[in-house]
Amino acid sequence: MSQTSFDAGVARPKDQGANRDLPADWAQLLRSMLSIRFFEDQVKGLFGSGLVRGSTHLCQGQEAVPVGVCSLLTPGDVMTCTYRGHGAVLAAGAAMDASFAEILGREGGLCGGKGGSMHLADLAKGIIGSNAVVGAHLPIAVGAGLAAQHKKTGKVSVAFTGDGSTNIGAFHESLNMAAVWRLPVVVVIENNHYGEYSPLVATTAITRLCERAVAYGIPGVLVDGNDLLAVREVAAEAFARARAGDGPTLIEADTYRHEGHSRSDPAKYRPEGELEQWLARDPIPRFEEVVRASGAASAEELESLRAEVATDVKAALERAKSWPEPSLDRLYEDVYR
Amino acid sequence: MTVEITCREAIAQAIADELEADPDVIFFGEDVGAAGGVFKSTVGLFERFGAERVRDTPISEQAIVGTAIGAAIMGLRPIAEIMFADFAGVAFDQIANQLAKYRYLTGGQACLPVTVRMANGAGAGFAAQHSQATENWFLNVPGLKIAVPGTVEDCYGLLRAAVRDDNPVLVFEHKNLLGLKGAIRPGPYRLGVAALVRPGRDVTVVATQQMRHRALEAAEHLAGEGIELEVIDPRTLVPFDDEAVAESLARTARLLVVQEGPPGGGWGASLIARMTSAHFECFDVPPRLLASAETPVPYAGRLEEAWMPRCEDVMVAARDLVAT
Repeated sequence: MSQTSFDAGVARPKDQGANRDLPADWAQLLRSMLSIRFFEDQVKGLFGSGLVRGSTHLCQGQEAVPVGVCSLLTPGDVMTCTYRGHGAVLAAGAAMDASFAEILGREGGLCGGKGGSMHLADLAKGIIGSNAVVGAHLPIAVGAGLAAQHKKTGKVSVAFTGDGSTNIGAFHESLNMAAVWRLPVVVVIENNHYGEYSPLVATTAITRLCERAVAYGIPGVLVDGNDLLAVREVAAEAFARARAGDGPTLIEADTYRHEGHSRSDPAKYRPEGELEQWLARDPIPRFEEVVRASGAASAEELESLRAEVATDVKAALERAKSWPEPSLDRLYEDVYR
Repeated sequence: MTVEITCREAIAQAIADELEADPDVIFFGEDVGAAGGVFKSTVGLFERFGAERVRDTPISEQAIVGTAIGAAIMGLRPIAEIMFADFAGVAFDQIANQLAKYRYLTGGQACLPVTVRMANGAGAGFAAQHSQATENWFLNVPGLKIAVPGTVEDCYGLLRAAVRDDNPVLVFEHKNLLGLKGAIRPGPYRLGVAALVRPGRDVTVVATQQMRHRALEAAEHLAGEGIELEVIDPRTLVPFDDEAVAESLARTARLLVVQEGPPGGGWGASLIARMTSAHFECFDVPPRLLASAETPVPYAGRLEEAWMPRCEDVMVAARDLVAT
């Protein structure tokens, strides 16, 4: 098969998942997905009870995408993501208590309470920021890739982005720049089928977003974003390509958010039965079933793992709640160095 | 003997000296490499430092600024060029929402030693989308430093200081001054220090870039009439050397600010507000802001020249202030 860009851009989900052996780190992967799920459930409650200001964008249902991809990060790799980014930030290793504290606007938050829900960052862990402007983190991810290439570190810059962001100019500029400079960048579209309140079909003339890769002469791959192991397999190929100096990859992970766009959105625009269809494909029970079927853990053991993670999440939240609000002198700090 | 060079040569030399001094410095923009820049202010850099460190970019201003941000977060010290300062509008989100706020939003985790260079200002007949002095667009965005060099010495020195600064610095290079000659001086170079261009007892005139030269010309004419203007060039708008202006005002008791660009929301009005608030007792007469017309920059030479303060306008305003 010729390596033309069009061939490279053809989605091929049926090829994925040939290797279905349960990985050695399955418990860590499952724990990570459960942490995100329970974290988001708690955040929803916090907003409901008025403890959190502004807005929030939850990612229940999408956990397999950040967990599958971020499980491949090694020290020195960097990650950027969208304002629906709690999951990606946690998957990349941010502490749960400091993440809660940031969303609560506390001194001990990841960013000292300056950023909030849409601006989580932990640079020491390579989490260089979730971003509140659609697509605006993509040029920044390209820059991180440029730094890796310039310093010859062999590190990768991975960016999660939404389906809605594929229609903003920064997406196009970034993909082209990363491609023309062959930068070690992996862009993962979390296609949850809605850009804010509008279905993808109402805003976008194509349905397979990975086909946009063709326009940049880079590989584009579609993956079932609710299949953790498939996500990881596809991402591993993209990471290997980036580390080898072969340039960027565009991955489209097909997934779904169980909640609305933001806290004020009950998602009434969704057709009847759609949520239920996707709940049947919920990535967490699906992965638990893979674990159980492989014999690595019993249903009871999986249940106790769930309980353990739920307890950890609650404890992290209680710690964060006990931390003080920022002192007033912080207002003027960090504008300039 | 002092060697005289042009502003455009001083800019190329400053970039070369920083590329030479620090392997983490990289430089990129549209046509800055192989072509040497559309204003010829980056000639020779590509040949000397190679395509890895002097990169030609696609015509993608958002990606140019964003790439500089990401590279800076990861430890590089990028110099990005936006060809015309007007095109900063294309990258406004990356400059105003990302570059300026990244450090604050991350609670001080990120360090952004980014320099963004842009060709600024009117007088060269490029019409409304290639002629604006756009520094005032960014005055209302905390987190950015803003340099407005008006001489060879400052084109060189402020650019080197910008690259070494750990904060984002926007450097506006006036395209009508690129051929101006002068000498560079040895460092160190600092942002936030005004230049006393000409001492004088009667009126404090604060002006930058093209207007600095017009103010100086006016001062020389008025000296023949016995009116002595003190001309101050702040050189950077953020930080602004208020002290230098206040010290001068304490002696002259008269303030004239000359700004290329419409008066609304600009550095001139902000300076006057700060001076009148903090030093009201110093003023013998109300301060004066001489600015461009509140219109887009027109194309026809006659209209463009009428659009911005001329030497004669400065003279008239200064005479008025002295006579009041």
